[in-house]
Amino acid sequence: MSRTLVVWCADWPVAAALGEQGLPRHLPAAVFAQNRVQACNQAAREFGIKRGMRRRDAQARCPEVQVLAADDARDARVFEEVLLRLEELRPGVMPLRPGLAALRSPARFYGGEEEAGAAIAECVVGLGIWDVRIGIADELFTAEQAARSAGLQETYAVPADGGSTAFLRALPVHVLEDANAVSLLQRLGLTTLGGLADLPGADVKARFGAQAAWVRQVIHGEGARPVTGRTPPPELATEVAFEPPLDSAEAVCFSARQAAEGFVKGLAARQEVCTEVRIEIVMEDVPDAVRTWAHPRWFSAADLIDRLHWQLAGVRTGSTGPARKGGAVMTVRFVPEVAVSEAVHADGLWGGTDERVNRGIARVQGLLGHEAVVAPVVQGGRSPRDRQAYVPWGDRPSTLRDRTLPWPGSIPPPAPARVLADPWPAEVCDQAGRPVVVLPRGGLSGDPARYRPAAGSGSAEPWQRIASWAGPWPVTEAWWEPSAGRRVARFQLVGVDGRAWLATFDTDHWLTEASYD
Amino acid sequence: MFDTHWVGVVAGIDRHQRLAQIEQLRSKVRRLEQKPGMGAELATHAALGGVVQLRAGGTYAADSLSLAMLLMAGPSAAGEWSAVVGVEDFGVEAAAELGVDLERTIVVPRPKDSWLEATAALVDVTTLVLVRPTGRVTPAVAEKIGARLRTRGAALVALGDWPRADVRLRATEPSWVGLGAGDGHLRARRMVVEAVRGTAPPRRTALWFPGPDGATRKVMEPVADIADLRKQESA
Repeated sequence: MSRTLVVWCADWPVAAALGEQGLPRHLPAAVFAQNRVQACNQAAREFGIKRGMRRRDAQARCPEVQVLAADDARDARVFEEVLLRLEELRPGVMPLRPGLAALRSPARFYGGEEEAGAAIAECVVGLGIWDVRIGIADELFTAEQAARSAGLQETYAVPADGGSTAFLRALPVHVLEDANAVSLLQRLGLTTLGGLADLPGADVKARFGAQAAWVRQVIHGEGARPVTGRTPPPELATEVAFEPPLDSAEAVCFSARQAAEGFVKGLAARQEVCTEVRIEIVMEDVPDAVRTWAHPRWFSAADLIDRLHWQLAGVRTGSTGPARKGGAVMTVRFVPEVAVSEAVHADGLWGGTDERVNRGIARVQGLLGHEAVVAPVVQGGRSPRDRQAYVPWGDRPSTLRDRTLPWPGSIPPPAPARVLADPWPAEVCDQAGRPVVVLPRGGLSGDPARYRPAAGSGSAEPWQRIASWAGPWPVTEAWWEPSAGRRVARFQLVGVDGRAWLATFDTDHWLTEASYD
Repeated sequence: MFDTHWVGVVAGIDRHQRLAQIEQLRSKVRRLEQKPGMGAELATHAALGGVVQLRAGGTYAADSLSLAMLLMAGPSAAGEWSAVVGVEDFGVEAAAELGVDLERTIVVPRPKDSWLEATAALVDVTTLVLVRPTGRVTPAVAEKIGARLRTRGAALVALGDWPRADVRLRATEPSWVGLGAGDGHLRARRMVVEAVRGTAPPRRTALWFPGPDGATRKVMEPVADIADLRKQESA
């Protein structure tokens, strides 16, 4: 019968967070969830930091402790790398939870359990994970406990044929995860699992719960859980390598066409379509250009090539980061970020109109670039310009402000029809021809009497008399930031010709922000 | 027998509904069967009823952005796609207030020199295109776009002048309500919209644009009332 090997990466949340942030592992660090320690590393433990401790207590004991946020997705994501490496050594790896995985022991291949453990530990340490411990036993639970008893980067093999019973019986009761059961056992004077094993099975289940009953069974040599390997995720990413590297964007797109078609076909074979794709461009001598693209429907091969072309153009001109001239493209990789079932995006029986629209939009985007075609969105904000946003067509709006918040200082409806993208410098005078200014206390130096919406040289807007006006409505934005803070006052002005304007007095000058055209 | 009687009663109740539905389907079929160039009617905002009726293949020149938005609101609210080309200062919130469906609106704020190509591409796929041309539009270009509009059954609203536009709309005599000398805020606007079709005498209508309740509609009250209202506001 094959033995079970458990790989345990101790303090996994801390190791994953430190690894992802590129911090050295010897720093005292702890992962906090809801201001309590969820996990901490050995360095932090030496300062007396423990699980469940409050953050301020932890920081009092060790002021320089690295405070890391808990993130289950990150833990699982980083552990995925470990699983992939383990699968290279021995297929059929069973992930138990982030930081803990089981596989059938490959002892015969490596010529001994110690050797197999050493080979696996070396492979995991190669990924930069220092604190790895290996346990080998007849059965999963025993192997996990063995891993927890092992030393740093060492293997603890529980002897076969009855060795596990003795090993388990000597373990303290707190290896049970159920805190109530542990507390009850301790109050009953049972300190080791051996005491638990001697109790009658039915009573254990009734008194200490299902987990304790299962552990008791395991000690008696029953209820072993088999190691079932996971099915590795299918390889959907497609890449195309250029030998020699290509310089021209057209040539890259032309050569990547087949890969893009293969990518879409590969997904279609699984009856899926990709709605979000990450395109990675590996170039000579310069950092990789990686960008994630979203599609309102789903990516066809032509769409992928379009996105690749835009991304290459962006890399060359530097519109999406620093310009990286001269780097020839070595590899292009399409990675599906979000793939959904085809049925979600299937055309309706009578449909097809939206598809037509998307094709027309793609044509304009091909002509002017991805960012030139936008979807208008209304969002929260104070000035009319803040209250609207343009999202490039095909992208999902990401950072929109909430409209339902009160936004004190915003202008009541109706909204102005013309919202100037770049406000015009304006001039406002009082009856005597002196410029009107807003005084520091919010008062006015004089009533506005004449107004010129566009004071710039080549403008056609002449001076005109003001028929009615309202304001100032002061707005102090980001006053807590010394440089970015703004104190402005807004005015509505109606000229004698009946046209209404939204003007702003900003520190020392007037701007025309919008027009009620 | 009982069954037929029962069916008859239900049919009688549903008759109006069904007739309306049949009429709707028929008009849809008519639109699909239509030869290009016949100029099917497009949904037009109720406030502009009697002044202008949008037609597929038509070109409309408006001198004010809010008036152009009002023209756009008709088909957009009826579920059609619309596009805005070259209007950098398009007030999104104002358009939404007038009834433009932003979900089905495509904006190309800065088409640079390619406004014509962008407009032509969008005419193919949308029902109404609002465009502010950069530079002069020659009659030849306007004719090309016009031919495309007629083939695709779309309408074009130009902000500013458009050579040989079917209808020219002007927003005149704006007067705002709600603003005093340093107090109040803009609430409502009264405006006269004037539509000139060829050499025919202009059609005019007075609009609350928008009204005090935010809706845009025709002015029903005699003009004296508005003066009173304004007096009240300034008092």
